[in-house]
Amino acid sequence: MPHLNDFRNPDVASHLLARIGELAREPLRVMEICGGHTHAIFRFGLQQVLPPQIEWLHGPGCPVCVTPVVKFDKAIALAHRPNTIVAAYGDLLRVPGRESTLLRERAEGGDVRVVYSSMDAVSIALQNPHKNVVFFAVGFETTAPANAFSILAAKERHLENFTMLANHVLVPPVIRALLEDSRLKIDAFLGPGHVSAVVGSQEYEFIAREYGRPVVVSGFELNDILQSILMILTQRDEGRCDVEVEYARAVRDAGNAKAKAVIADVFERQDQEWRGLGIIADSGLRIKHELSEYDAEIRFADFLRDISPPPPPKGCICAAILKGQKRPFDCPSFASSCTPERPLGACMVSSEGACAAYYSYRQQPLIQGGTYDE
Amino acid sequence: MCLAVPAKILTISDNCAVVDIDGVRRETRIDFIEDPRPGDYVLVHVGFALQKIDESEAEATLAQIRACFGGPDDGR
Ligand code: SF4
Repeated sequence: MPHLNDFRNPDVASHLLARIGELAREPLRVMEICGGHTHAIFRFGLQQVLPPQIEWLHGPGCPVCVTPVVKFDKAIALAHRPNTIVAAYGDLLRVPGRESTLLRERAEGGDVRVVYSSMDAVSIALQNPHKNVVFFAVGFETTAPANAFSILAAKERHLENFTMLANHVLVPPVIRALLEDSRLKIDAFLGPGHVSAVVGSQEYEFIAREYGRPVVVSGFELNDILQSILMILTQRDEGRCDVEVEYARAVRDAGNAKAKAVIADVFERQDQEWRGLGIIADSGLRIKHELSEYDAEIRFADFLRDISPPPPPKGCICAAILKGQKRPFDCPSFASSCTPERPLGACMVSSEGACAAYYSYRQQPLIQGGTYDE
Repeated sequence: MCLAVPAKILTISDNCAVVDIDGVRRETRIDFIEDPRPGDYVLVHVGFALQKIDESEAEATLAQIRACFGGPDDGR
């Protein structure tokens, strides 16, 4: 990939850091929304190298983490339904439901297949005409177009044995919900690069206009993130509040029209439950009524009827963590009763969750400040 | 989960492309890409190309980065 080395060049990084040091005179709390950014911040040790004025708040940036437990229970139940194959992205297999995981069901004889692409699930349905294939599809706007496409492909091929157990969540509405919470002190946002490649940077205009916070949509290399921080600091220095795109090589203002059209063909907005955060208005997607034959929760409604949501886990402060109010170290369960192998709450569930990131990098000398609020 | 990786389009047939991701060949759907051509770089996520990578924009971002610390226009 041309230019990739420039975005990783350590000499460039040290120049950027020096410039950031000059401009970071006041405290600045930056929330990153994307789990990929959370991961990069730890991998590059940014909490150590950036000036202490810059504090990272980790937002609800991982779609696997915010998927309600009851969806996993439904997938697990379907995995041992006779003549049924559950196809899922690999990240979903280790996530515990109330009592089991898809991985354990597979070890015990359930037919669970890992897919790399939504179209693999369609192929499995084509190859197994006498079995029901349930594609367990979770994602932000990044993944929603590919997932939606599989339903269109199944329809085109007249597949009657393909359904989707869907959980799609949307970034702009959850940012609005966080901004509406007056207890949260977020100064600026590092915009998610790959969500934005689909939705377009214009979707964040309300953050700058209505709530007066700068947004810089960032790439994922070291110098991408440093340059984005510098752009946020420059906006503040100049008294501006805008949506800017550092990741311009991949993100256009209007996003990807074709991908958005496929989402709109298959899904419609709904009020959505976020694990750890509760229901947020208009923040999710459901399969449209006219495509309900592809909706596993409708098709297998009788089979799934008795599966109800478990009570929220005790000793988990995920809601505060997903909002950037507290840090994993503030949680009494962190690294004791809650680990990536046995996660109690949402943020430990996938490697992109904030608690899981703190767990894997727990040897780093983190700035172990207390809570952000109160 | 939202990880997307840069890939180079090698060949195209219908709405599928063979791409090179860090030396590994993979098939990728290109249904969401406007006018895809061999040689184009795209961002690939779960088997679909999400967006073309615009090399001139990459250069512009790098120029902007160099400009803010007075570095040479082309440091390579
Ligand atoms: S460490 Fe575990 S229990 Fe504590 S907030 Fe994070 S996910 Fe919840």
